[in-house]
Formats: sequence, structure tokens, C-alpha cells
Amino acid sequence: METQTSTDTLFGRFKVTGKKATRDGFGTGLHHVGATNENAVALCADLLGSLKMDDFVRDWPERFIQTGISEANMMGIAAGLATAGKIPFTGTFANFSTGRVYDQIRQSIAYSDKNVKICASHAGLTLGEDGATHQILEDIGLMKMLPGMTVINPCDANQTHAATVAIADHQGPVYLRFGRPSWPVFIPADEPFVIGKALPIKRGEAVSIFATGHLVWQAMEAVQILETQGISCELINIHTIKPLDEAAIIESVSRTGCAVSCEEHNRLGGLGDSIAQTLARHRPAPQEYVAVDDTFGESGKPEELLVKYGLAPMDIVHAVHNAIKRKS
Amino acid sequence: MSQIAELQRTASQVRRDIVRMVSQAKSGHPGGSLGCTDFLTALYFHTMDRQPGFSMEGKGEDMFFLSNGHISPVWYSVLARSGYFPISELGTFRHINSRLQGHPTTHEHLPGVRVASGSLGQGMSVAIGAALSKRMDGDNHLVYCLTGDGELQEGQVWEAALFAAHNQVDNLIVTVDWNGQQIDGSTDHVLSLGDLPAKWSAFGWDVLHMQGNDIADVVRVLDQAKDHAGKGKPVVILMKTEMGAGVDFMMGSHKWHGVAPNAEQTETALAQLAETLGDY
Repeated sequence: METQTSTDTLFGRFKVTGKKATRDGFGTGLHHVGATNENAVALCADLLGSLKMDDFVRDWPERFIQTGISEANMMGIAAGLATAGKIPFTGTFANFSTGRVYDQIRQSIAYSDKNVKICASHAGLTLGEDGATHQILEDIGLMKMLPGMTVINPCDANQTHAATVAIADHQGPVYLRFGRPSWPVFIPADEPFVIGKALPIKRGEAVSIFATGHLVWQAMEAVQILETQGISCELINIHTIKPLDEAAIIESVSRTGCAVSCEEHNRLGGLGDSIAQTLARHRPAPQEYVAVDDTFGESGKPEELLVKYGLAPMDIVHAVHNAIKRKS
Repeated sequence: MSQIAELQRTASQVRRDIVRMVSQAKSGHPGGSLGCTDFLTALYFHTMDRQPGFSMEGKGEDMFFLSNGHISPVWYSVLARSGYFPISELGTFRHINSRLQGHPTTHEHLPGVRVASGSLGQGMSVAIGAALSKRMDGDNHLVYCLTGDGELQEGQVWEAALFAAHNQVDNLIVTVDWNGQQIDGSTDHVLSLGDLPAKWSAFGWDVLHMQGNDIADVVRVLDQAKDHAGKGKPVVILMKTEMGAGVDFMMGSHKWHGVAPNAEQTETALAQLAETLGDY
């Protein structure tokens, strides 16, 4: 995760400008929404600091609801607020935002068409030392299966900020997934965020790499290595897993002939499966998955975990080689 | 005619609707529906301040949330009889392509319904959210919620109870249908609720008692509950009802919780319920 100057030329306008956690981008995005939309209401289940919601609470205490450690109740209250015309943003860890409250989300929010924004931090392995109880790797699958749910997993702090602002103007339930660790920032602060629209990071010819969340940076590191090996890579950031930008995926794979998907999630049910379904239905092509291989995580440093569970840049490099081999 | 007599006439018709809907659908939940008929009739025809038509946001009017969604027949009947949708639509209950799903939903855009319910324990939380919204907006109207007693076995209910007391959500009136029955038997047999008044009191709620199948008492206690609102505590009405109230062979047992009467039983039941406003 060291910032390298070569990324500054290889990826055009996507230049590393520093390091910040994606949850910091949520905090500033939420504050922006609070300032610009008086219907925005924030809820938190005893994790204010972790979710970076302090600035919102300081400036609009009357629009903040502390629910204590009762996530099911928080989801229900959010549904009630949305019924009455508010735009509630719920904040807790990804595990407690999804698996713990799945039926509340399913019935009171998704099936009831409520305009609730479920904002989830500490997703995936990069939560680190807290271990598998908190490292949810199934949340994208859980949420994308709910009819009407929009699922977004931004890749850096700037994109998380922009996504937080964008979902306030989107009518309907949204799952916004972000994380804990400090991470390279490379999306320009003024880059527009369009829900459901893939963001090309780099054009290339030999392979289409589709990455989401923290794994976009891992993919950028992998692409640097691959380019030195003479492999021309296309890298596309799929920040919105649902609705999926199928046209962008089909268009890219039609040129490159193979795909690699990269995500901090179980191999089952995540971005990779969404892409595989798209390709199977519209443009069959070899695809390799860079994802957690249907297992739970464990305690450790984020960088150590990414290596141990097969999400490191070298894993992406190998996946690209395999995908290209399978083209013939 | 006195107001109470008027409500009794309406309740009789609602009970006929329930029996006919469940019978025609050959499924549904007549027991709890009949038990809550007097309450919902009084709530909609006497207590709530409602705007004409239906708006999801419910601004400038009282709002109601049904948490125990399986008693949809009584709610659908009361909604239709209150003018939210044509009473003829009651005949579509539980049929394909109907807005009257087995359990209530907003998904089919049925006027009067603001959230899906059926999976138990969620309605109070939703009602709290609506009540908080009214408070933020300076809207002095009230939010009502009905839950079952077996439903109190769901943990989320007590999360909501803690929250409402802590945050002084005093524009919320929750009613518990305390009929002591659930699918597998009496609540005492399945999972005892213990001393309910003491429990709600200990959670910081203002506790009222109601005889839910005496419509005069329902009206009286609902009026009382409105007086108790706005005084710093959420209000709960512990409403004693008889599952199946109004149909003799459905009373005094949990057996009619979720079973439809056959043709002969339907005849027997309808013979006990006067057609006062015209069947759908």
C-alpha cells in the first residue's frame, strides 16, 4: 500500500493524494448532506466515533438519533422516519447493518419501499484485529438479493464522500459499504459519482479487471506489475454492484476477451457473481475471481489478512495470467 | 343513535367482513381479527384525527401502524369501511393480483397501509420513527400502534420499549392485544409473559388498561390515552380481549388463530353477526 509515483502516470487523473479511511469520507459526506438537506436524519447504534458521525451530531443534534446497541430497533425507526418523509442514514458496522438485521431490512425497508440509507463501516477483512465476528464477507450478497436495494461499495475516501452525497438524492433504499483502515486516496475530489455507472480507471486490451471497494487500489498495484510484464490491462471500478453497469462490463469484455473480478467479500454472492451472471447471459468469457474463498476471516493486520486470504496485488496478477491463458 | 351503538353496528359489519373474507380465501387469521374488531373500529371511527384521502407521510393527522400483521382481515375491513378503498375489494383478500395481501404491505399501494408487517416485533420501532418525525416537524398529532401479546416474545419490542421511554416519545400510544393466546397454545403455556403491567411500568411507560371487547370501555380508555399523551412518557394500553370475540365457537381457544371456517361454520358464524352496513 505504499504510494508509488508510477501510478501517477499510469492512471491519468487518478493520482494518489494521500491516505484516509473510507469512513472519513462518509463522515464528511454526511456532514455535507446535513448542511444541504434539512430532511436528512442520522441514526447510530453506539458507534458514533467509528462511523465518523460526530460533526453531524455537533451541528444538527435535533436531527440525530442515538439508538444504543439495538440495531433492529434502529432499522425500524429509520423505516418510520422515511415513511414520514425524512431521509434517514443509519450508521453501524457492516455486520450489524446487514446480517444482524436482515429481516428488519427485508420487511420494514426493502419490501416497504422505504427511502433508508444503510451506511455500513468496518466491512470485510481490513477491519483487522477484531477478527471474524466483525469481518462480514457476506453483506454484498445479502443486500443485493433484496429487490429494489441499491448496493454501493466505494473505493476511497473521496468516492465515499461523493457516494454519500449522491444517495441522499436517490429515492429508495441503499446499502453503502465502506471500511476502517487508512487507505490511499486517488479519486479526484471533484470526480462525479453516478449511481450505477462504472468508472474506468485505465483502458487496456488484454484483460478487463473489475474491482470494487478497497480492492481497487490492490488492482492498481497489480496493474503496475502487469504493465511491466507487457500485459495491457483495463481496470474498471464497479462502485455500484446493484444496479450493475452491465453495458460497461459487456463492452469491455467484448474487446479484451476475459475478466478478473476483485472484491473484499466471499467469492459466493458478491461482485464476481454479478459479473459472471452478466457475462453468462450476454457475452460468455473466461473469468477469474479474486475474493475470499468461502471462509471466515481472523484477527491480524489488514495487510497480512489481504495476503493470507488471497486479496493481495500478486493474487490479482496471477488471476490475470490465468484469465488470459483461458482465452484460447 | 348513541355513538356507542353506532360503533357497535359498524363492528358487527366488520366481523361479518372478517368471517366472509377468511372463509372465501380459505385461509387467514380470524381469531385475533375478531378480538381486535372493537378496538380498530373505535380507533378509526372515533379516536383518530384523520385527513380525507391517504398520504404516506401522514402529515397533519394521526397515524396507525399494525405490527401484528396477521390480523389483516380486521384492518382491511376497517380501512375499507373508513373509505380508504372500495369495500368490494375485500373480496380479493389473499387472491392473486390483489392489493389485499395475506399480510399488509405497501408494495401493492393499498391506501391506508404505511409499512409491511407480518414478521413480528417490528411495528413499534416503525411507529417510533414516525412519532419522532412528527416531533421534529412540530406536528402535534399522535401515532398509534397495535401489537399482539405473543409478539412481545420478540426482542425488538423491548429494544423499542427502552428507546421510547429514554427518549420520552410521548406522542406514541401502543396497544397490546392481550388475549393470552398464540399459535401453539396459551402464552402461559408457550412462553409466559409474566407480569405485563409491571414490565411495561418498569420500562418507563405509562400503563393503561382496557376491556377490548367492550366498545364503551375502548372509547373511554382511548380518550384517556390521548389525555396521557404529551406528558413525558410513551403510553401503552394493555387491552384484554377474547380471541374470536363475537363468534361463540371461535372464542376461548387458540384454535382459531389461523384457521378458516368451512361453509357450515361460516353460516353459523354469520348467523351470530348482524349485517348492519351491507355486505361487500
